[in-house]
Amino acid sequence: MVDAPGDDHPAAPPIGSGSPVVASLLLSLAVGAYAVSFGVLGVQAGLTTAQTCAMSLLVFTGASQFAAVGVLSSGGSPLAAVGSALLLAARNAVYGVAMSRVLPAGRVRRLVAAQFVIDESTAMALAQHDAHHRQRAFWATGLGIYVCWNVGTLAGALVGNRLGDPAALGLDAAFPAGFVALAVPHLGRPAGRLAGGLGAAAALALSPVLPAGAPILVAALAVLVGLRRNPAGLRSEGPR
Amino acid sequence: MSWITLLVIAGGSYAFKALGLVVLGGRTMPRRLQACADLLPAALLPALVVVNTFVTRGHLVVDARAAGVGVAAVAAWRRAPLPVVILLGTVVTAVVRRLSA
Repeated sequence: MVDAPGDDHPAAPPIGSGSPVVASLLLSLAVGAYAVSFGVLGVQAGLTTAQTCAMSLLVFTGASQFAAVGVLSSGGSPLAAVGSALLLAARNAVYGVAMSRVLPAGRVRRLVAAQFVIDESTAMALAQHDAHHRQRAFWATGLGIYVCWNVGTLAGALVGNRLGDPAALGLDAAFPAGFVALAVPHLGRPAGRLAGGLGAAAALALSPVLPAGAPILVAALAVLVGLRRNPAGLRSEGPR
Repeated sequence: MSWITLLVIAGGSYAFKALGLVVLGGRTMPRRLQACADLLPAALLPALVVVNTFVTRGHLVVDARAAGVGVAAVAAWRRAPLPVVILLGTVVTAVVRRLSA
């Protein structure tokens, strides 16, 4: 999430050794701090406190939440906001496939578990060495982050409502700064850097001519070029 | 943001998660599709960075945000925690904006 939903460290977290539950809780607290920023930015971008909290409760995918709010606050249409948010959410389907080999069968249980399939829970689960610990790490991380993410969002929204002029506080730079932090883990491979560079260049070049938000969707096409560079395309260290 | 937009995003995000876990299940996704989904954040996030830094109402501009995001990028590259990166970006932007006003 942040995709923490905080987003987005698909590589094994640094605190993956030791007790998975303790590591999960530490990770959850860190992600909760990030959720505070989402809460602040959500209300600053014009969402109500209820909407900001509903995003974290229902969407629970950090990068998607930030993208949707960021596109809208820069004047993009709701369609562009939905498009960029869902493109970023697509990788959760890949994580879901990976987790389907870890979690026990049972449709109802899996429908519940699905909401907690995010970068962090997948990475923490796959960092463990046996099925029992993988399941425990998944639930500990998923539930821990869910609680901290939503508490953090509410706290941020309440604080954000009391802040003054967003521009004077530099809050308009908070979105791109957050996106930078989210992007770095994805730019480790040459294919990622190529796709990122092309996507950024295309979005910048098209911004004066296309409606706000649309250039972001066009940037997604850079994936096709990135794949040519690295047809296998899979991160060596990422979740399978 | 309208509630409808919000609910569409929520429903779509959940659908992707459930697609992998419940629908596809133990089957493997086509390798190419998997690689695509895997690479999407790399393509989209830098685009979101530059658009939110250098574009104002359809015009390319370089203002205080560039300084803030530049510092944030250095911090992120050095693996600073996310809230620290955001705080640095906003504070530097606010300071540069005040100094240049």
